[in-house]
Amino acid sequence: MRRPTSMTMLLAATMLAGGLNAVNAAELTVGFSQIGSESGWRAAETSVSKSEAKKRNITLKIADAQQKQENQIKAIRSFVAQGVDAIFLAPVVSTGWDSVLKEAKEAKIPVILLDRDIDPAGKDLYLTAVTSDSVHEGEVAGKWLAKTVGTKPCNVVELQGTVGASVATNRKKGFDTAIASTSNIKVVRSQTGDFTRAKGKEVMESFIKAEGGGKSICAVYAHNDDMMVGAIQAMKEAGLKPGKDVLTVSIDAVPDIFKAIAAGEANATVELTPDMAGPAFDALTAYKAKGTVPPKWIQTESKLYTSADDPQKVYDSKKNLGY
Amino acid sequence: MRFRLPRKGLPQIAAFVVVLLINFAVSPQFFDIRLQDGRLFGSFIDVFNRGAPVALLSLGMVLVVATRGIDLSVGAVMAIAGAIAATLADTHALPVVLLAALGAGLLCGLWNGILVAVLGIQPIIATLILMVAGRGIAQLITEGRIVTFTSPELARFGGGAILGLPVPVVLTASVLAVAVIAIRGTALGLLIEATGANARASALAGIETRTTTIAVYVWSGFCAALAGIVAAADILGADANNAGLWLELDAILAVVIAGSSLLGGRFSLALAVLGALTIQAMNTGILLAGFRPEFNLVVKAVVVLLVLLAQSPRLSGVAVLLARRPA
Repeated sequence: MRRPTSMTMLLAATMLAGGLNAVNAAELTVGFSQIGSESGWRAAETSVSKSEAKKRNITLKIADAQQKQENQIKAIRSFVAQGVDAIFLAPVVSTGWDSVLKEAKEAKIPVILLDRDIDPAGKDLYLTAVTSDSVHEGEVAGKWLAKTVGTKPCNVVELQGTVGASVATNRKKGFDTAIASTSNIKVVRSQTGDFTRAKGKEVMESFIKAEGGGKSICAVYAHNDDMMVGAIQAMKEAGLKPGKDVLTVSIDAVPDIFKAIAAGEANATVELTPDMAGPAFDALTAYKAKGTVPPKWIQTESKLYTSADDPQKVYDSKKNLGY
Repeated sequence: MRFRLPRKGLPQIAAFVVVLLINFAVSPQFFDIRLQDGRLFGSFIDVFNRGAPVALLSLGMVLVVATRGIDLSVGAVMAIAGAIAATLADTHALPVVLLAALGAGLLCGLWNGILVAVLGIQPIIATLILMVAGRGIAQLITEGRIVTFTSPELARFGGGAILGLPVPVVLTASVLAVAVIAIRGTALGLLIEATGANARASALAGIETRTTTIAVYVWSGFCAALAGIVAAADILGADANNAGLWLELDAILAVVIAGSSLLGGRFSLALAVLGALTIQAMNTGILLAGFRPEFNLVVKAVVVLLVLLAQSPRLSGVAVLLARRPA
């Protein structure tokens, strides 16, 4: 009779401990100053943050700043006044945060940056920054292409993001680095498609004509999936078979590109995960429970998806996130 | 040509031809045309096909400008019409979809017209309201995401063909034809010009200037909605954040290239369309040329400057003087 009793006690103890943990986490309240909802990705980030908070029993208060820094500063001040346990900030710009972050620091409220970093001068004012590395995203795309074409000669056309946007510059840099060592892969044309479907389609149309009906194009690299969706339409209308005649690789992993991958019209996409809050919550709970100071930069994974990753299933899981 | 050659349009036609020839020089396959899935296919066709939305906008804008007004809201109205069309496309019959989208455009135009003609608000401010709020309305309709549809009937407005010609081109040509017949075939054009040249004198002469002004804004809203339907049908979806973004400026530029005065009065429908096509021919040429994207806007600005300088009456006067002076 002893054994079952000790088992029961152990079980009870575990449950108690588990219960206590849950109680501890439930006491955490996090204020999140979100930029706004300017893109589908941003909406997905907000909805994933909510579900990640719920998973961990954390109370999450979200303030939508509608693209304005002064709204974000107001939101942070009000979070400080409410005495939240931590503040998440997706900064709309990289400068001008010093005084408000000092106020948070004086109130001993840790600040975690999501998705974007701030000016290096403010490094000691926040606990950690959870961001993706957009140079690395371009590298993952380039490496996939290099691996896929092997030693065959391959002419690539590139659809850049908005001229001057740091994401566009970085994704170009990463891709160029990845293919620098392969002499068989060449970027023959590169133009901006402004990150939109319509411009992606228009630019691809002229690439096809400029490259002899598209026959000499081996692959398309787009800095985001939306431009690729437009480019795929342009290729189909020109009688080309995207995904077969022409390889495609783009970045972001929005739901619609998975539809195209499932249909065999696109080959690969690199994910810019909308789950920035999850790693931030983990770092925060470890910091609160054990005092573990996280590294200054938590890099999110830039996962590559191809037709081997059950695109239909990914589409179904992503389509209701608000993209 | 599809246009009746206007007597005063020589500089505009020359500019268009020169831009086309430059395109041919940078990309020798520019005039190559073949049939792809029953549709004409080639860079030259792209100029007309891609130029269709701005050409439609400029057909609306040119009449507004002729009454001494301006319509900054056309890009936002495009986004609204596209959002409505894409949202309804898969669940409603095509006539319902078109009526809803075009109806929204007419309503937007009516709103602008009332602000300008009845409440007497300056056109640039009155239409700025809808320019800002309209994109928000479109975002509310699409809930901030890109709404896609599969309806092949609506898709035809972007990717279909009639006798080999892309549907957007046929649509633009039809709207131009209808507008020319209705406006130049009747006294309507004269009334619009009179309203723009001197609203007070026109009113005293018995012209319903208020109704005329409202009517041109409603027409502009209608053209913008049509452009919005074409743009949505083109990408099989409505992108409220980007559809028609900054296109109001291209439409104004097209009207100015067409030689219309922003102070009202004279206007030409056909030349406005030609202006829009000249802008698109530039865009297509820049894409074909393979410049680095950082140069796009600079190249465009230089060409626009040259086209406008060629039209400047004072500059041509100087040229005549210089030519007369004995060496």
